[in-house]
Amino acid sequence: MIGNKEILETIRMIQEDKLDIRTITMGITLLDCADSDPSAACRKIYDKITRRAEKLVRTGEDIEREYGIPIINKRISVTPIAMVAAASDTDKYVDFALALDKAAATTGVNFIGGFSALVQKGYSDSAIKLINSIPEALTSTDRVCASVNVGSTQAGINMDAVRRMGEVIVETSRMSAGCACNGCAKLVVFCNAPNDNPFMAGAFHGVGEPECVINVGVSGPGVVKRALERVKGQDFTTVSETIKKTAFKVTRMGQLVASEASSRLGVPFGIVDLSLAPTPAVGDSVAEILMEMGIEKAGACGTTAALAILNDAVKKGGAMASSSVGGLSGAFIPVSEDNQMLAAAADGSLTLERLEAMTAVCSVGLDMVVVPGDTPATTISAMIADEMAIGMINTKTTAVRVIPAMGMQVGDTLEFGGLLGSGPVMKISTLDSSEFIARGGRIPAPLNSLKN
Amino acid sequence: MRAVITVIGCDKIGIIAGVTAELANDNINILNISQALMDNLFTMIMMVDMSECSQPFAEVSDRLKSCGQQMGVEIRIQKEEIFDSMHRI
Repeated sequence: MIGNKEILETIRMIQEDKLDIRTITMGITLLDCADSDPSAACRKIYDKITRRAEKLVRTGEDIEREYGIPIINKRISVTPIAMVAAASDTDKYVDFALALDKAAATTGVNFIGGFSALVQKGYSDSAIKLINSIPEALTSTDRVCASVNVGSTQAGINMDAVRRMGEVIVETSRMSAGCACNGCAKLVVFCNAPNDNPFMAGAFHGVGEPECVINVGVSGPGVVKRALERVKGQDFTTVSETIKKTAFKVTRMGQLVASEASSRLGVPFGIVDLSLAPTPAVGDSVAEILMEMGIEKAGACGTTAALAILNDAVKKGGAMASSSVGGLSGAFIPVSEDNQMLAAAADGSLTLERLEAMTAVCSVGLDMVVVPGDTPATTISAMIADEMAIGMINTKTTAVRVIPAMGMQVGDTLEFGGLLGSGPVMKISTLDSSEFIARGGRIPAPLNSLKN
Repeated sequence: MRAVITVIGCDKIGIIAGVTAELANDNINILNISQALMDNLFTMIMMVDMSECSQPFAEVSDRLKSCGQQMGVEIRIQKEEIFDSMHRI
């Protein structure tokens, strides 16, 4: 029988250290919804999503109540819409976003991901139409998230798409300026995008995934921090072991919830994504873990090494605890959503350059970074190119979710509210990269031998 | 189906009586009761068997919660598997 100490440890993790299931995400393929008549396609999309995910939210709430573990979000990811809409005789892809938004509202999920296109090697006609409609799609819907994969280790980087995404981001921000530029918070540019990621805004249901699948994202930076408090001053072997053990326990709980949700919904279990995803709440911060390891603030020398240890140990512990680990699995560093990250960014301790270095060793990229509103689109494209290059060369996922804050300068703060938090406007190089971005074409795929 | 009930709060007369009365009402059998201190708070842990329970889980959970609110303690009921999955391989 389970001991009191173990029972209390679990309760403390949930109650005090804010351990939670961050998301149950149902992946749904929409390939069979393609139709030459766009309104028929939209109708099929709405019908299929609402049929498949009819019980998703209620099942999540039942599990939450019975096991006493908070399940913060219930979400849906779908086949990249550029593929589904390709068959339809229309340029107006915003209608597809509206269908997704309506389906999300009916099923009660707070986000639906998959207004996406994969263009790492080149554009299809449909991908161009989708990318062109992103600004309007994100400002005329509440729950739709968009993503564009512009690079991969196998294909290289599509620099035409990188250039275009800089413009799309600026346009999206301008169009959503009245709502804290929040359109950009729902838009991710990827290199090596995972097909089974349950986390927003970058979730989509990749090709090669089953008809319908349940993926679960677990979080718990507070639990890791608490565990490290108990090994203060001890060496890094101990630090790594402590994180591994904690990640193992957390992931086991994710596995239980995932298999329970999958059997209740009659949908196969896909993966557990163990990602330490911070929220603006005190004690739910990845930067606090780095500080617990001994750095004064995020951004200090040693930050990248600390994050590398954390990310690797989390993966090792998580991989042993679940029958199938996937998605991003590691540590997230969204600036606006982590109170210690944003504090460090606000007082200048954490710079964009340091953040970029951090993205080379953790599971995502430049995430929820706010830059001045007058930043040229070409500079944002160049920032995307840098980040994509890190992902391409290191065979890892990298992403950019950047928000040019219209009318704001360094020192100002953009308030998103809720889980998105608030973002201090960060200093970005004012040097000109426009000629570099104007070249276009494709950065060839890198050599995968002669590694030094 | 087994579940773990935890009662956390300041110690006072009648906590056990209050909780067990609720459980008896719903035909829930107590398998084990123990007490512990967590951060100097009174903590009672009960293992119960709900296989004969006359109410849906959600109903029991809500009722225990409001019973706790009346006594100024926090009562939660969780299926046993959550603890097993975390601490047993």
